Amino acid sequence: MLRRNLLLLAAVVALAVAPLLIHGPHAAFSGSDGQAEQLITRIDPGYVPWAAPLWVPPSSEIESLLFALQAALGAGLLGYYFGRRRALSELDRRPSPDVPGHAPD
Amino acid sequence: MHIMEGFLPATHCVGWALASAPFVAAGAVRIRRVVRQHPEVKLLLGASGAYVFVLSALKLPSVTGSCSHPTGTGLAASLFGPTVTTVLSAIVLLFQALLLAHGGLTTLGANIFSMGIVGPFVAWGLYRGLSAAGASLAVAIFFAAALGDLSTYVVTSFQLALAFPDPAGGVAGAAGKFLGVFAVTQVPLAISEGLLTVVVMNLLGKYSAGELSALSVLSRRSA
Repeated sequence: MLRRNLLLLAAVVALAVAPLLIHGPHAAFSGSDGQAEQLITRIDPGYVPWAAPLWVPPSSEIESLLFALQAALGAGLLGYYFGRRRALSELDRRPSPDVPGHAPD
Repeated sequence: MHIMEGFLPATHCVGWALASAPFVAAGAVRIRRVVRQHPEVKLLLGASGAYVFVLSALKLPSVTGSCSHPTGTGLAASLFGPTVTTVLSAIVLLFQALLLAHGGLTTLGANIFSMGIVGPFVAWGLYRGLSAAGASLAVAIFFAAALGDLSTYVVTSFQLALAFPDPAGGVAGAAGKFLGVFAVTQVPLAISEGLLTVVVMNLLGKYSAGELSALSVLSRRSA
């Protein structure tokens, strides 16, 4: 299973790296959400957004900090989950020791 | 798929919010029931939400020369059902609207509808259907996660086309243009999400067999 998972992960990395190689150093790689916003203003040049975000990250550094925080929180919890599951499933497989009151899981 | 703050007419914002609200409510009720009946799956529910957090934060380059992000909703939808995933998506979208100025409060209903409702229902339906048709777990979860991801972006395209019909081509013409921005870019990302979710499912199958069987009992009862 490890081999298969590593192959799958390698395919994910390849899918992310291939566009960078195909387009070379001069592609913009701008976000599709932003492109849709530009398309709206092309279709309807008179449209004025009627609401603005309550708070905008003051710089792109702060924005990437918050995106990294979002990913780190998620990855941290996922790592905790799988670490815990793996330890518990190893305890389950071990012959139970003669300690009274020991009940795995 | 994040429609920016103020970028939908007010009537559309209200309409999408009203359409999404019952699914959020149903999901909240279902989460309470799942956690009460099967307390052992609480941490797996958290981990499924964490997966949405991670994947929707990753902006990846695509073959079109632009960037977009996966949704991560296929895993939770396949394990816990679509409405539970609606609640998880709503939490992520609220976080991004308030702290990242990504999406918005006025467009929250529309964004929940694409990422938290249509995507998870497509994923859940494919996971169930393919499993019932005898597909392997890996094949079922791959197509569920990949097409759930892609369908979210198709919905966003139509939401924007309804709000901003093309002067020449109407709603259909605008849909074509928005699909050109979102859907093509999303194809390789959807494949990546499918592959990653197969990896997570492989790990769950190895280490979390007990929780998975508790959940399939649960979904058989309420399906």
